[in-house]
Amino acid sequence: MQLSGAEIVIRCLQEEGVDYVFGYPGGAVLFLYDELFKQDKVKHVLARHEQGAVHAADGYARSTDKVGVALVTSGPGVTNAVTGIATAHMDSIPMVIITGQVPTHAIGQDAFQECDTVGITRPCVKHNFLVKDVKDIASTIKKAFFIASTGRPGPVVVDIPKDITTHKADFEYPKTIAMRSYNPVTKGHAGQGKKAIQMLMGAKRPMIYTGGGIILGEAAAELTQLVRLLGFPCTNTLMGLGGYPATDPQFLGMLGMHGTYEANMAMQHCDVLLAIGARFDDRVIGNPKHFFEEPRSIIHIDIDPSSISKRVRVDVPIVGNVREVLQDLIKQLQAGKVKPDQAALKTWWTQIELWRGRDCLKYDRSSAIIKPQYVVEKLYAITKGEAFVTSDVGQHQMWAAQFYKFNKPRRWINSGGLGTMGVGLPYAMGVQLAHPKAQVACVTGEASIQMCIQELSTCKQYRLPIKIINLNNRYMGMVRQWQEFFHGNRYAESYMDALPDFVKLAESYGHVGMRIEKPADVEPALKEAFARKKDLVFMDFITDQTENVFPMVPGGKGLSEMILV
Amino acid sequence: MRHIVSILLENEAGALSRVSGLFSARGYNIESLTVAPTEDATLSRMTIVTTGSDEVIEQITKQLNKLVDVVKVVDLSDGDHIERELMLVKVRAIGKDREEMKRMADIFRGRIIDVTDRDYTIELTGTGSKLDAFLKAIDGSAILETVRTGASGIGRGDRVLKV
Repeated sequence: MQLSGAEIVIRCLQEEGVDYVFGYPGGAVLFLYDELFKQDKVKHVLARHEQGAVHAADGYARSTDKVGVALVTSGPGVTNAVTGIATAHMDSIPMVIITGQVPTHAIGQDAFQECDTVGITRPCVKHNFLVKDVKDIASTIKKAFFIASTGRPGPVVVDIPKDITTHKADFEYPKTIAMRSYNPVTKGHAGQGKKAIQMLMGAKRPMIYTGGGIILGEAAAELTQLVRLLGFPCTNTLMGLGGYPATDPQFLGMLGMHGTYEANMAMQHCDVLLAIGARFDDRVIGNPKHFFEEPRSIIHIDIDPSSISKRVRVDVPIVGNVREVLQDLIKQLQAGKVKPDQAALKTWWTQIELWRGRDCLKYDRSSAIIKPQYVVEKLYAITKGEAFVTSDVGQHQMWAAQFYKFNKPRRWINSGGLGTMGVGLPYAMGVQLAHPKAQVACVTGEASIQMCIQELSTCKQYRLPIKIINLNNRYMGMVRQWQEFFHGNRYAESYMDALPDFVKLAESYGHVGMRIEKPADVEPALKEAFARKKDLVFMDFITDQTENVFPMVPGGKGLSEMILV
Repeated sequence: MRHIVSILLENEAGALSRVSGLFSARGYNIESLTVAPTEDATLSRMTIVTTGSDEVIEQITKQLNKLVDVVKVVDLSDGDHIERELMLVKVRAIGKDREEMKRMADIFRGRIIDVTDRDYTIELTGTGSKLDAFLKAIDGSAILETVRTGASGIGRGDRVLKV
């Protein structure tokens, strides 16, 4: 029996085991929505803006090991989705975004709601397709899921013209797919593994630095085993938090621009650095020249060859799936006779403990005004470190990263690479749908939350009991902080004037709103909010306007040149 | 340093813009770019001449390999190779210039492929520097038009780029 293109698309999604599609209908995808309507295997979540839909699918993918799926219409549907797609691309999140397109005969005619989707999205996807024949739909969608989820993951766009969704073809979903031009590596080079072990055993001041690759590669257990086996210090990037248990004594905290003193100092002064699933980006190593002033040997494990020796020259590159490479290293370590240099390690740890003693994350705990750090600390305590925490972008994001101790992977969901304000609430939607029973907190600020505030409506429709922690300092805090430090206190356009009454706003969407103005009320408010298991609670914390994020490595400075509190 | 990079890629709509988009997005130079289908019509062969430090060239080949449509990449400059470029040049050919142009074309092993009573069109192949040398050797004011294809390259001997 022949099926329409639209039926084929939905059947493909069923075959892929997709349970949620996040989207927004429109002219070019009407046939697709019609087929979605006729079945109940694939559930659709109606966002209030295409950007929200793509972020929600992205959040869903980040908190699971599944591919996030979004569906948007042509033209403005696509352009609205671009921020979401670029956000996922920068953090290597597996996604398939199905976009409607004007009918094939209208392409290039400047038709209503037409845009060059493949052209516009090309620089911010792992790959994209324009389907020109109904017979190609099934194999294209199969390829899209395959490309999105293998190798270094990323978003894949499948653009389908409206007439193709009405044409008919036989349907058979391919079981496997082989592409001569796409063969991602998995196994690392065995010889390189040996060299790496030798280098690690000879280290006097070793350091292990890991990123999002550990999370995406499902390698947290292997990393933990390796770090404990070696007895070396470990730091995570912003994207890598949860890759190693944050409450473990071998963990030095996050590194980078707002990393801890001990993590940045150890990174700068180590003699052997093992980098895993991380890419030495500008927010992590600061000024590369300064970073090179200290000689060190670098071992770099990554699935993407182009990440290796991109910003930092590497001595032992190992290209492969981080999990398999780590398993191999662990086996070699357990079989080998040579052990790490314990005397040197002891001296190194003594130094690290001195740095740790600097207590770089201290803040004024006796303040009469609510300190944002205190709110995150209480959030951590009340959720017992078990919550999924999403964040937006800015000061609140850094405080959440510094003060919530993530012991498990995929619990910390934020936009690290693109730094997209507005992701927090839609991320929380995707996470809550993927984990209906889990506690989901969105740590945000009064500026970021307003960028996708319309999604409060989606939360009501799908009864998503997200807890929104709004750290409201009436400023775009990070912008204000930079203006204070580097622009002579001239707060150009960073003051958030004419803010809405967030309590009333939440209530008007049918949610519960709270305003918390005193430190003593923080804990009771959080307790009450999390006790409301069925409600979305919008907690508007009125926080200290002048609080800054410390430590800070100013732009262009070296890792050890931190501004400390 | 100048490098000549050969790429085998899927002969699909948009594959060229993926490659050219990569170069512009990451700020790499393109001196010339040529592309055409191979004997296997599903594959195109592209030759890019670029410049950059060893680190940049390493990144270029890695980034090219990462493109899903790209099947194989080889930096021909890594070993022995041959490169050729085709140029068509239309020159004024009147009076005593007519004989002179014919002679210059012969010296450079060029061929005159179109003739009118006022001009010649000369076809010339060789390395880029040979074509440059020809343009320098003839009277510049006599040049009416030039078209160059950019370099194509191939490895010497049994150095073969194939699927």
